[in-house]
Amino acid sequence: MTKNFAAEIGDTAKLLADDPIWLVLIKVVGIFAFLVVMTLFMINWERKVVARMQHRPGPNRVGPNGWLQSLADGLKLAFKEDIRPVLADKWVFFLAPVISCIPAFLAFSVIPLAGEVNMFGQQTALQLVDLPVGVLVVLACSSIGVYGIVLSGWASGSPYPLLGALRSAAQVISYEIAMGLSIVAVIMFTGSMSTGDIVGAQASTVLGFAPGWFGLLLFPSFAIYVVSMVGETNRAPFDLPEAESELVGGFHTEYSSLKFALFFLAEYVNMVTVSALATTLFLGGYHAPWSGDFLNTGWWGLLWFIIKTLAFLFLFIWLRGTLPRLRYDQFMKLGWKVLVPTSLVWIMAVAVIRTGAIQQLSTAQRLIALGVVVGLVLLVSFLLPDKKVQDTKGVPLAGSGFPVPPLDLAVPKSAPKRKVKVANIPKDTAAVTTGKEAE
Amino acid sequence: MLDPYLPLVLMFALAGAFALFSVTAAPYIGPRRYNKAKLDAYECGIEPSPQPVVGGGRMPVAYYLTAMLFILFDIEMVFLYPFAVAADKLGLFGLVEIVLFVATLGFAYVYVWRRGGLDWN
Repeated sequence: MTKNFAAEIGDTAKLLADDPIWLVLIKVVGIFAFLVVMTLFMINWERKVVARMQHRPGPNRVGPNGWLQSLADGLKLAFKEDIRPVLADKWVFFLAPVISCIPAFLAFSVIPLAGEVNMFGQQTALQLVDLPVGVLVVLACSSIGVYGIVLSGWASGSPYPLLGALRSAAQVISYEIAMGLSIVAVIMFTGSMSTGDIVGAQASTVLGFAPGWFGLLLFPSFAIYVVSMVGETNRAPFDLPEAESELVGGFHTEYSSLKFALFFLAEYVNMVTVSALATTLFLGGYHAPWSGDFLNTGWWGLLWFIIKTLAFLFLFIWLRGTLPRLRYDQFMKLGWKVLVPTSLVWIMAVAVIRTGAIQQLSTAQRLIALGVVVGLVLLVSFLLPDKKVQDTKGVPLAGSGFPVPPLDLAVPKSAPKRKVKVANIPKDTAAVTTGKEAE
Repeated sequence: MLDPYLPLVLMFALAGAFALFSVTAAPYIGPRRYNKAKLDAYECGIEPSPQPVVGGGRMPVAYYLTAMLFILFDIEMVFLYPFAVAADKLGLFGLVEIVLFVATLGFAYVYVWRRGGLDWN
């Protein structure tokens, strides 16, 4: 069955197809270790950078310069009491951390870390798998991760986790649409969903000097992806599911010990994965910013990949140190009313431009395509906000059976205006102002 | 030549083994000191509010609406992917089809917007 598709699979997939089983096992363990180490590093780095931004030293006791702090914290968590509340659903409470942890790791396996390298005498690509549906694997995994969140909140038998889980699920699925739509334009340019092919398509240069990264060619897609990846991972300023001031800790309030550690791990692995995917899709993956150098070959790719991924991770920390949390309705409005329609219109525009260029359309065809796009814009213009409808959902004053307080308070029709000092204002203006007040 | 999906299965097995080991081992590694307050629902120290036996209460209907809208637009997204892969080969035919498709869903989107389905308060 694999041979039928042999003509269509990319170079990376062909390289990977020859991997012996021991090499695959080494890669699996290597990627797993990479993600765990990145998590430990990221937690520490985040604390240090945020501390710097707030003019305090941050963790500096455990290990050299405090860099082993998160490892110590992880070990400490293992030796804490594992509590299951009486109201919790036994099995779902037990399985939710597992459900949230597995897809987090699974999603990273399609990310290309470097191009063709020599590993223990085997020519291979530094990537676990290069599937024809690569990008879909990442999206599917992040969707399945929502189950872990929802089930953990539901199974805790406690109000705050339930609310946190609901918010979290609504947030992740809302931003997943924007995220998925932002990827469509990239796939259109590559003609493939395989991550290896997408990185390969960005090897060229545009305009003679700039790298042909999709982040430059398809900047609106890139911007939408970056916003939605922050929403997707429940990070500040979109960290409403964990709004400490409202919801204690969100969906994992009732979790302790290693079960809590698994949620924490999954969150940070997800951050690394979406950053790595952003690198792959929009910043040329493992390619250096210039082409045709020895720095673009072999293991050097890993360096570029890590630099770019760390840049995105720094962006996460920076946002957390800078921005206050959004209100929930603002947040959902941004996702549904801004990002989704912008993505759709942008995708249609890219499709029209690209098809027009490739097919070399006639005037009539161009006119029709243009007409359709104008129709779409008209459709969007229907969205212009109409009159605010008065909120009539209050309790009726009479006959409802609710105890209603006495309502004989005289409420002024409008707030009284402050007296204006007449001396400082020209006479005619002052007369108008006072005249209005007299009424 | 190995099955191209085999590494995914191996990754699943490793991550699953790690996670299952963690959740199983946690009660045995950690201490066990009984305290009734620990087993109650955590509500910042006040007496827990009464709950149904399992699953805890009702939830705002707006979340169901969001879930339904997600299914609508997620399927749209999934249909856009194969189009994007084959966009160059399909040419004008594919372009017209996908614009019609998105426009059809656009009407649903406008309807939901006008009815206040995207508003939160």
